Amino acid sequence: MGEQLYDIIIVGGGPAGLSAAYSAWQNGAKKILVLERDREAGGILQQCIHNGFGLHHFKEELTGPGYAQRCYDLVKDKPEIEILVDTMVLSVNLDKTVTAVSPAHGLMKVQGKTIILTMGCRERTRGAIRIPGYRPAGVFTAGAAQRMVNMEGYLPGKKIVILGSGDIGLIMARRMTLEGCKVQAVLEICPFSNGLTRNMVQCLYDYDIPLYLSHTITAIHGKDRVNGITAAKVDDHMKPIPGTEFDIDCDTLLLSVGLIPENELSRGLGLAMHPLTNGPIVDQHRETSIPGIFAAGNVVHVHDLVDFVSEEAEIAGKYAALKAQEQLPEDVADVKVEAIDEVRTCVPQHVRATAEGETIRLFMRVRKPMKKVRLTVKSGDDTLLTKVLPVAKPSEMIAVNVPAEKAKGHHADWTVSVKEEA
Amino acid sequence: MTKQADVVVIGGGITGTAILHELAKYNLRAVLVEQEPELAAGTTKANSAILHAGFDAPTGSMKARMNAAGNAMYHELKDELDLDIRWSGSYVAALDDEQMDVLKELLERGNANGVPGLKIVSGDEMRKEEPNVSKDIKGALWAPTAGICWPFGLALAFAENAVINGAEVIRECQVTGITVEDGAVKAVETDKGTIETKYVINAAGVHVDEISRLAGDDTFKIHPRRGEYILFDKTAQKDLVYSPIFPTPTKMGKGILVCATTHGNVFVGPNAQDMPDEEKDDTAVTIPGMDDILDKARRLVPNIPVGATITEFAGVRAVSSTGDFILGPSEKTKGLIQAAGIQSPGLTSAPAIAKYLVDGIVAETGATAKTDYKKGRPAQPCFRMMAEADQKALIAKDPRYGRVICRCETITEGEIVDAIHRPVGARTVDGVKRRTRAGMGRCQGGFCGPRVTQILSRELNIPVTEVRKEMRNSYMFYNKESGGKA
Repeated sequence: MGEQLYDIIIVGGGPAGLSAAYSAWQNGAKKILVLERDREAGGILQQCIHNGFGLHHFKEELTGPGYAQRCYDLVKDKPEIEILVDTMVLSVNLDKTVTAVSPAHGLMKVQGKTIILTMGCRERTRGAIRIPGYRPAGVFTAGAAQRMVNMEGYLPGKKIVILGSGDIGLIMARRMTLEGCKVQAVLEICPFSNGLTRNMVQCLYDYDIPLYLSHTITAIHGKDRVNGITAAKVDDHMKPIPGTEFDIDCDTLLLSVGLIPENELSRGLGLAMHPLTNGPIVDQHRETSIPGIFAAGNVVHVHDLVDFVSEEAEIAGKYAALKAQEQLPEDVADVKVEAIDEVRTCVPQHVRATAEGETIRLFMRVRKPMKKVRLTVKSGDDTLLTKVLPVAKPSEMIAVNVPAEKAKGHHADWTVSVKEEA
Repeated sequence: MTKQADVVVIGGGITGTAILHELAKYNLRAVLVEQEPELAAGTTKANSAILHAGFDAPTGSMKARMNAAGNAMYHELKDELDLDIRWSGSYVAALDDEQMDVLKELLERGNANGVPGLKIVSGDEMRKEEPNVSKDIKGALWAPTAGICWPFGLALAFAENAVINGAEVIRECQVTGITVEDGAVKAVETDKGTIETKYVINAAGVHVDEISRLAGDDTFKIHPRRGEYILFDKTAQKDLVYSPIFPTPTKMGKGILVCATTHGNVFVGPNAQDMPDEEKDDTAVTIPGMDDILDKARRLVPNIPVGATITEFAGVRAVSSTGDFILGPSEKTKGLIQAAGIQSPGLTSAPAIAKYLVDGIVAETGATAKTDYKKGRPAQPCFRMMAEADQKALIAKDPRYGRVICRCETITEGEIVDAIHRPVGARTVDGVKRRTRAGMGRCQGGFCGPRVTQILSRELNIPVTEVRKEMRNSYMFYNKESGGKA
């Protein structure tokens, strides 16, 4: 560490960072530095002590820490990979220097040939969704509560209401119940749940926890500590319907109201950002708008499964390694990939025809829950891929491959469409 | 506990702390009592954070006198106490000819109040300095001496200086009675015991009339008026406005302004909701209130970054039945000194109010100035603002300055530990937040809240379950053993 030149500096040692490091190593990178701000590598998985991770990636059901350990085992003890924990990156610069700080090493400046951004995401807060009422103790994001319960050994409260049916909220409903707390209700402003189906079943239905769809909170009560909330039904525009209010007794409100990619460093760099993913715009190699700076995982777009995070990070790790070894061709045709119809977001947002013969994997999310949809990828008028899916939901990412032979030579802009079948 | 004091200040907001700071310059035993675990926990924490130039209040009123004097004093105090103030100037914007006429009145009143440098500028002149304001603005009153500040920081700085000069601050101390004998104050009764004193300075904010009644003076009443605010992330539109931009005032008050904090967060507010007299602590925010604020703010600055909202909050202003500040000795009870009805421009006026009231006590008692009075306060390290060489040196001395706890605002463990052990140090999570900014960023303590809780537990040597968010009973976490058995 110090004045050395790294092939790759990876910002963030969660599953994305660790998977990217391993893939970069596999692809010939000789000096890799991973900078992690928490006391251990592994990211948010460390507090996700439930199972259900790794079925795709490791072909085995693991807990969060178990998955993190697998990722870590692949990179530890490799002389080419250095991992610094308790290290906060303060800035990433256009010249690919990184300024970071830690108690052990103080303020440091390191230089990379390439950078991979894997900072993950953070939770949307109460302020961001404008919940009226007081601001007492007892309002937590579900993730903050999860850390306290699972890693630090404390309860955020005993009588719980959860706002939002995102996966962390559902997992916490079960977790709090198992800790002996009473989960009074889960409220969801949408007319459908925003979590994975398996989490709805295993975390709510199995424990008889009431779920109120099309409901939100119209007041938080209690000046020092939460002592209740008022809930109300919402109309089609998600506005509370007067007269439908009812009070729920609780001492704690957990918020599971969405995740936001953590892109302060990306913005500091001036990377082109996508307004809907809230992450950097990337090509199929996960290279951002600044050459040599890659991004992968939840910092690019919020994933539903960590398995897909690892998969995406491996892509970034591979191509960052090739870039560092000057094996990635430059100045090639650049084709836009546009999300249309019911596709809300699609990553990558553009494809460079660098290596003809690459399979292009597309990750997308739809706008609303649908049954029997047709997914079509076109380049101009040529159909590259079309298939029917039995269901599509906003909460579950859809991943498809455009085979190399189909992708090849299609230099007109691509569109990715999902439509309900008539 | 029975204590002796010369002066007891009731209330640890900006007014009370400024008074304590002034008292500490004299050979007087001064004690401040505050009912919450933290200072600046009432109106001082939820206001527009503006140091007004002083053209609003009617000429000759206490508000006008104290405002102009207080503003001038802060220009001196900024360096002396290392206060977080930006002398930004301010605008009052007019949207039509009628409002332009009001600006002329304000200009004349300001001149009469002794406010320096006021001038009326055209809309285009204003837009040269503030390119994001509405094209509908026809003109504005520019007040170069106005500023924006970090209001809790001001109150804490006053208290820190007072304490290093021998004044005492007792927190979590609720006044339960005031003993009056032969028409004169004898003692303040609290839930922590009795403090014998000849003088009580009543700076209890919205509760100042209740304290006054305890001492036998019911000559005025305080009416609570709530104001809501919305605060935005500093990465969003950080150059949206440089100076506070007010609408043309109406009978209801100064109106909803658009402003940026000293740290670059844009905020909008406040509205003015008259509350029932018994709802003095109602700081809840409402949907209609927030919609109203945004609607009005957009008339001044159309491009308000609503999507980057990080929090909403409300404060309650103490509106007195006289409409003016009520300052000075009570006519009913000897030794009771009122600092009542301190609504806007109370923050600006605080040092002037302090001097006015303390001068009175000094004249009456003949108290002498301390010969060993220490100016300033202990330096407060701020890692993110330091040059790299200084950062390196600080970490070399104390590695905890190399551990970033608040990721949004880049606040280190070293700064948090310092905040806890400073004079009148932080006791709660919000106390740490107001001294360091840990938790003030876009994640609003989501990441750092649990860590700050653990640092407080360690440094104060109390269980995690006894760490509070801010208010007396705002406990954050429970033990697992007892959890769920209720």
